[in-house]
Amino acid sequence: MISEEQVRHVANLARLGLTDEEIGRMSGQLGAILESIDRIGELDLDGVPPTANPLNLTNVLRPDEPRVELPREEALSLAPDAVDDLFAVPRID
Amino acid sequence: MLDLTAHALAKKIQSGETSAREAAEIANSRVEEVESDVNAFVTTTPELALERADLVDARNEDRNLWEGVPLVVKDVLSTRGVRTTCGSQMLKDFTPLYDASALSNFGDDLVMVGKANMDEFAMGSSTENSSYGVTRNPWDLERVPGGSSGGSAAAVAAGMGWWALGTDTGGSVRQPAALCGIVGLKPTYGRVSRYGLIAFASSLDQIGPMTRDVRDSALLLQAIAGHDPRDSTSANVEVPDYLANLEDGVRGLRVGVVTELMEEGIDSGVQEIVQKTIAGLEEAGAEVGEVSLPHSRYGLAAYYIIAPAELSSNLARFDGVRYGYRSPDASGVHEMYRQTREEGFGDEAKRRIMLGTYALSSGYYDAYYAQAQKVRTRIVEDFRGAFSQYDVLVSPTSPSVAFEIGSKTDDPLAMYAQDVCAVPMSLAGIPAISVPGGLSDGLPVGVQLMSDHFTEPMLLRAARAVEQAVDFEFALKPQ
Repeated sequence: MISEEQVRHVANLARLGLTDEEIGRMSGQLGAILESIDRIGELDLDGVPPTANPLNLTNVLRPDEPRVELPREEALSLAPDAVDDLFAVPRID
Repeated sequence: MLDLTAHALAKKIQSGETSAREAAEIANSRVEEVESDVNAFVTTTPELALERADLVDARNEDRNLWEGVPLVVKDVLSTRGVRTTCGSQMLKDFTPLYDASALSNFGDDLVMVGKANMDEFAMGSSTENSSYGVTRNPWDLERVPGGSSGGSAAAVAAGMGWWALGTDTGGSVRQPAALCGIVGLKPTYGRVSRYGLIAFASSLDQIGPMTRDVRDSALLLQAIAGHDPRDSTSANVEVPDYLANLEDGVRGLRVGVVTELMEEGIDSGVQEIVQKTIAGLEEAGAEVGEVSLPHSRYGLAAYYIIAPAELSSNLARFDGVRYGYRSPDASGVHEMYRQTREEGFGDEAKRRIMLGTYALSSGYYDAYYAQAQKVRTRIVEDFRGAFSQYDVLVSPTSPSVAFEIGSKTDDPLAMYAQDVCAVPMSLAGIPAISVPGGLSDGLPVGVQLMSDHFTEPMLLRAARAVEQAVDFEFALKPQ
């Protein structure tokens, strides 16, 4: 089970607003999903290495060479708000 | 012309027997005819298709075979100048500044019919999680087309364009292909660049062809495969000729039937079609046996930890700062984040962000995320063992045929169970293809074939043999 308090805590970590109704629903649904997922705990996997990427890629490097990328003006054209050639956000609280 | 495969149409365009313009006009008029019933698209682009078809026709030398054949693009792939929503309110006015790398082999004149509907941010198995309406299965308009690439699958089945690109994280190309009676291929992880594909789960996502037949699948894969320095996970492995040995048959090919995916939970009608298909392969000369993938039972659980964990991180970028929706009235930046995400994301996206954040949070990381990554290793080892005995493995693609719209929307677990046959291959990063095997209760059943990393030529050859062995012919729906 996952309590409403836990749901609120996780929603805060994810910076996700939820209504009281959503929190109640989420508590039940996440609980049910977690219960079905818990079966992976049955397996004894001590010492088994984790797989993060199916091709086991590590440290893919490329030459650090300057090249023309997205012009600032274009990148800012998609922003909800921009001031003085910068992204603008509400007051940092 | 509407009845031709993409490959046959491509040849006619190349020989000058018809033009890209004519093909685009036919695609556009088919959209006008059936789109109001099917709702396969978030955005249609009829003028752009014609404009670009003219450019293709004007450039009649040095053309690749795939150019000029009208293509449907899932709305998760960035298309320069054309709105790309990911099925979400979060991106309802988002117009990308560049094209996804997978489209680069089409040049600047990709003839695109439109951007296909999908579950929000590719999370779902029915396309009901779209903010742009439900897509209907062309075989039965009361049923779902599968998902998350349901719009792409429905468009191809309905003939609104000759072929489509979808994306597959845990079955999102294969399952809708199965439910709509078309061919869907998830290539090896890394085979196709993910640059410009708006990320869901980065260690699983892969772009794949959704087509009328296996030959079309091979040709479209040829067009999108290749190394891309802009995607550090794209594989620097030579791209073979996917059409060269397509007709070589399966004589002597060792085919293993996955026992765990032919058991309880798979509808009997689906099992029957898969059995018939296997018999057909045997008749064509394949050596058939059974193989066990013991950890595939844990595939769904591992997937529903790893995928949400990755997406909860990937979707953090939707914060109302650089692009996409921003909630208008927040007094401070934290309230702006919370409200933007509350208003911009739909139910399933919220559920999975929560699930992933929980699985990664302090105190739960080891029990969930770390354990799931170890299960993933076991699944990879299962496949390695299977491929030491067999060339190609077989299973159903989906446990059932297309289900009724609304029948699973209140039960996330029932919806997730749709992915049971598809996620082990995603976790292992191996290529897998769904080919129509026949009908059950009048609805198409997909047969899934899989093979080892980067062996798509063999996989496609086996899939082509299935296509020839079974009692199924592509025909436009609705008629």
